[in-house]
Amino acid sequence: MSDWIDIASLDDVPQRGARVVKTTQGCVAVFRTANDEVYALDNSCPHKGGPLAEGIVHGASVTCPLHNWVFSLETGLAAGADEGQVATYRARVLDGRIELEAAFLAARSAA
Amino acid sequence: MTQKLIIIGAGMATGRALETLLETAPDAYDVTLFNAEPRGNYNRIMLSPVLAGDKTYAEIETHGAEWYAQNGVTCRFGERIASIDRSAKTVTSENGDVLAYDKLMFGTGSNPFMIPLPGHDLAGVIAYRDLEDTERMMALGPDNRCVVIGGGLLGLEAAAGMAARGVDVTVVHIMGHLMERQLDEAAGYLLRRALVDKGITIKCAANSKEILGKDGHVRALLLDDGTELPCDLLVMAVGIRPNVALAQQAGLAVGKGIHVDDQMVTSDPDVLAVGECVEHDGAIFGLVAPLYDQAKVAAKTLLSEEAAFVQKELSTKLKVTGCDLFSAGDFADGEGREDIVFRDPARGVYRRLVIENNVIIGAVMYGDTADSNWFFGLIKDKTDITEMRDTLIFGPAYQGGTPLDPLAAVAALPRDAEICGCNGICKGQIEDAIAAGATDLGALKAVTKASASCGTCTGLVEQVLAVTLGDDFVMPAAASICACTDMTHEDVRRMIKSQRLTSMPAVWQECGWKTSCGCHVCRPALNFYLLADWPLEYADDPQSRFINERKHANIQKDGTFSVVPRMWGGITTPDELRAIADAADKYMVPTVKVTGGQRIDLLGVKGEDLPAIWKDLNDAGMVSGYAYSKGLRTVKTCVGTDHCRFGTQDSTGLGIKLEKTLHGAWTPHKLKLGVSGCPRNCAEATCKDIGIICVDSGFQISIGGAAGMDVKETELLVQVASEEEAMDVIKAITQLYRENAKYLDRIYKWMAKVGLDWIEARVVTDQAERAALVDRFEISQSIYRHDPWAAHVKEKAKRYQPLARLDLEAAE
Repeated sequence: MSDWIDIASLDDVPQRGARVVKTTQGCVAVFRTANDEVYALDNSCPHKGGPLAEGIVHGASVTCPLHNWVFSLETGLAAGADEGQVATYRARVLDGRIELEAAFLAARSAA
Repeated sequence: MTQKLIIIGAGMATGRALETLLETAPDAYDVTLFNAEPRGNYNRIMLSPVLAGDKTYAEIETHGAEWYAQNGVTCRFGERIASIDRSAKTVTSENGDVLAYDKLMFGTGSNPFMIPLPGHDLAGVIAYRDLEDTERMMALGPDNRCVVIGGGLLGLEAAAGMAARGVDVTVVHIMGHLMERQLDEAAGYLLRRALVDKGITIKCAANSKEILGKDGHVRALLLDDGTELPCDLLVMAVGIRPNVALAQQAGLAVGKGIHVDDQMVTSDPDVLAVGECVEHDGAIFGLVAPLYDQAKVAAKTLLSEEAAFVQKELSTKLKVTGCDLFSAGDFADGEGREDIVFRDPARGVYRRLVIENNVIIGAVMYGDTADSNWFFGLIKDKTDITEMRDTLIFGPAYQGGTPLDPLAAVAALPRDAEICGCNGICKGQIEDAIAAGATDLGALKAVTKASASCGTCTGLVEQVLAVTLGDDFVMPAAASICACTDMTHEDVRRMIKSQRLTSMPAVWQECGWKTSCGCHVCRPALNFYLLADWPLEYADDPQSRFINERKHANIQKDGTFSVVPRMWGGITTPDELRAIADAADKYMVPTVKVTGGQRIDLLGVKGEDLPAIWKDLNDAGMVSGYAYSKGLRTVKTCVGTDHCRFGTQDSTGLGIKLEKTLHGAWTPHKLKLGVSGCPRNCAEATCKDIGIICVDSGFQISIGGAAGMDVKETELLVQVASEEEAMDVIKAITQLYRENAKYLDRIYKWMAKVGLDWIEARVVTDQAERAALVDRFEISQSIYRHDPWAAHVKEKAKRYQPLARLDLEAAE
C-alpha cells in the first residue's frame, strides 16, 4: 500500500476554496489556498460544528461560516481570543494531483 | 593517456563545463562536441535583449568556432546522436558514424512544452526557445499582430521584445495574475500595469480553446469565452520539459529528467549529465545559476576531483526594460510566517518579505529592486533579522542608524511642499488655515479642500496638524475596515472611484493594504465595492463571498441549507406549489415554512443535494438565488385593486414588476421592499428598506425602515403620480445606496449618515442625476439580473459533491 492516497486533481478545488472528502468517520475538508497549497482538516468547527469547507479562505486560514471563528490551516488552532483546535491531516500536491497521507485513514478508522 | 570525452549538446551548461575542464587540465580529454543546432554556445538567456533590439547575436555568443578550434575541441554542429551503446561505450551519429568514448556527458537541455490545442501544428505557431524562434519574432513589424500564450517570465519577455518593435501583442494567461510562480497578486498587478503602459494587451484568467488557421497558417486564437484574437504569429511560452528521449533510449534512469547524483553522474558511472535535462533530488532546473554550479561540479568529477552539487535558493528577474521586479525564495502564506509589506502607491513600489523564525525565507519586490541582492543575501545566509526588523524593509541604507521619527520628516517640509495633489494644496496653506482656527481634519477639508478629493493624503494632512498643533492634536482613530488596512470603508470607496481601481490587487496596492491578500472581513466588502462600481469590468469573486451568497442558500446551524424559490410579488400557482411539495418530498425536507416575506422556505436541504433540488424547481419555472443575499430579498405585497374593496392601485402588480426589475441587484446589505395598496398598509411597507403606499393620487415612496435589531418607521421621500416614475425613483435610490453606502449598512444606517435631504436632492430634485442613476442601475443589472441556480446547475454542480469518497472502499 502506498503512503499517499490520490484524491483528485488540484483544479477540482477552487483557489481560496475547499471541497470535502467523505470518510467512514465523517468529512474531511481539503483546502486550496491562493498559492495552490493544499491542507486537510476535519470539516467541523470545535465551537458549534460549522462546516469549515464552506468558509472564506484567506492566507493560510479559514473563517468558519457559522460564527466567524478563524482557524490556521497548518495547525488547526483557533486564532485570536477563541480557543480550540481542529484535527489536521497531511496533504500534498504532486504533478497537479492532491494526495492525502494514507496514515490519516488508519488514524480516522481507529478514532 | 588521453581519454575520449563526448559531449551531447552545446548549451550554457556544457559550455561552462568545458571551460572549467580546459582551464584546469587542457590535455586530460580528447573532446568531441555534438550539437543539433548548427552553431556553438550562446547565452540563451540573453535572447530576450536580442529580440528587443538591445543586443545583437554576436554579443551573446560565448563560444564561437575559433574558441573550440583554439582549444582542440572537435565540433560536429548540426549533427544529432542517433543512439548510444553503453556496453560497447560508443555513440552513433545520425549519419552513421560510430565513435568510442571513455566518458559521455549529456547536455541535451529541454524542449518547449506545446499545449496540444487544436491547430497547434499550423505554420506560424512557434515556441520561444532558440535563435530561430527569436528571428521569427524579429521579422515582425508594426503591421503585424502576435499572440503570446503564457504570462510567465519567457512569455512576457517575448511580448515586451516584440512590443518594442511596434508589434501589436496580446498575452493570454490562464492564471489570475502574471508570473504567478514568482510574484504574488500585488506585484503581478503592478507588472501588468507597466506592460499595459507599453501597449501590450493582457488577458488573465483566459482559457485558450483553439488555434484557428487559414491555408495552413495561423490566423487567430480562439478563447473559451468566444473571443477571437487575430494574429500573424502565435508564440507558446508555457514551460519547458527536460529532453530525455536519448537518455531513455540508452537505458539510463530517468524521472522528470535524467537522474544524477551530487557528482552529476547518471545511473551509469561513465555517463554524466548537466543542465536543464537533469533531475537532481527531485528538482529540475530552468535558471542559469544552478546550471553553472552543475557544470563546475561535472568538470571536477571528470578530473576525479571531489565536488558536490548543492541546490541553493534561487532568484528571478525579468529582463524587460522598465519593469523592475525581483523574487526569491518561498513567499506563500503559512502558520508561523509573518509578512512585512511596504507599498508606495505613488511610485508604484511594492516590497514584501516573508519571515519565519526571524529569518527571511522569501522576498518579492517590484518597482525598486536596488536592494534585492542584499535581501537575497539575507535569505541565502539565513541571517537572523531580529535586530534590524524595524527598518528591515527599507533596505541596507537604513540599518544601524536610529529609526527616524516620521513626524520629523513632515516638520522638515518647506511651506511650498505640495500636500494634497488633487487640489494643489501646499503645506503653508494648511498651516495658515490651522492658525486661522481649523484644528481638525473636517475643518481643514472645508477651508482648504486638502484631502477632500481622493483622500490619499489624509494621513499627511493629519501629520501636518500634529506637527503644527503639537499636544493639542489627537490623531483620530477612525474605524478601519479590518486589521489589513488603516483606511475606512468610505476612504476605500473614494479611492476605488477616483483612482479607477478595478481589481482587488489594485485596491490592496493603491490603498496600502498591510497583508498580502486581505481577510474574511475586507474581501467581501471589496468584492461588493468593485462589482458595484465597475459592473462591466470586474468579475465577481465567489471565494470572497459569505457562504449564503456563494451557494445561493442559507446555511443552517447543522450545516444544511434552506432554499427559498422566488415567488414574484408573493404570487404563486397550484403548479408551483405542487413542484415545491414534490421537491420537499424528494429531498426529504424536514421543515416547510412561510417566511416573513411571504415566500416558502424549504429548511434542512443537504449541501450536496442543492444542485438537484434547484434543477427540479428550475424545471417547474422557478428561479431564485438571492433569497439570503446582500441584495434584493423580497417585495412583500397586499392584494390591491384585484380583490380588496379598499385597494387604490394594483399593488401586487407593482410588487411583481419591482421584484422582476430588482432581482439580482447586489446591495451593501439586504434590501427588502413592501407595496401596500392603500394607507391601511397590510403589506407593512413602512418598516421596509423601501416602502410604497399606493393612494388615490399615486404612490408614496418612503425609505429607511427596519424591523430587525432596530425597529424603524420609514421616512417619506416623495409622492409620484405614475407607476413608471415610482419605478425610476426606486431604481435610482437602489443605485445611489449601492454606489455610496458602507458595506453592511442597511439603508436606514446610511441615511443617518448622509441625510434624507441629500438623497432627495439626487433622486427627486435633480432629474438628470436620477436619470444617470437609473442608467447605471440598468447597466449593472444587465450583468447581474440572472438566475444563478440555473448557472450553477449547468457549470458548477460538481463543486457541491464530495471531492472523494473514502467511506465506501474502507467499509470492510
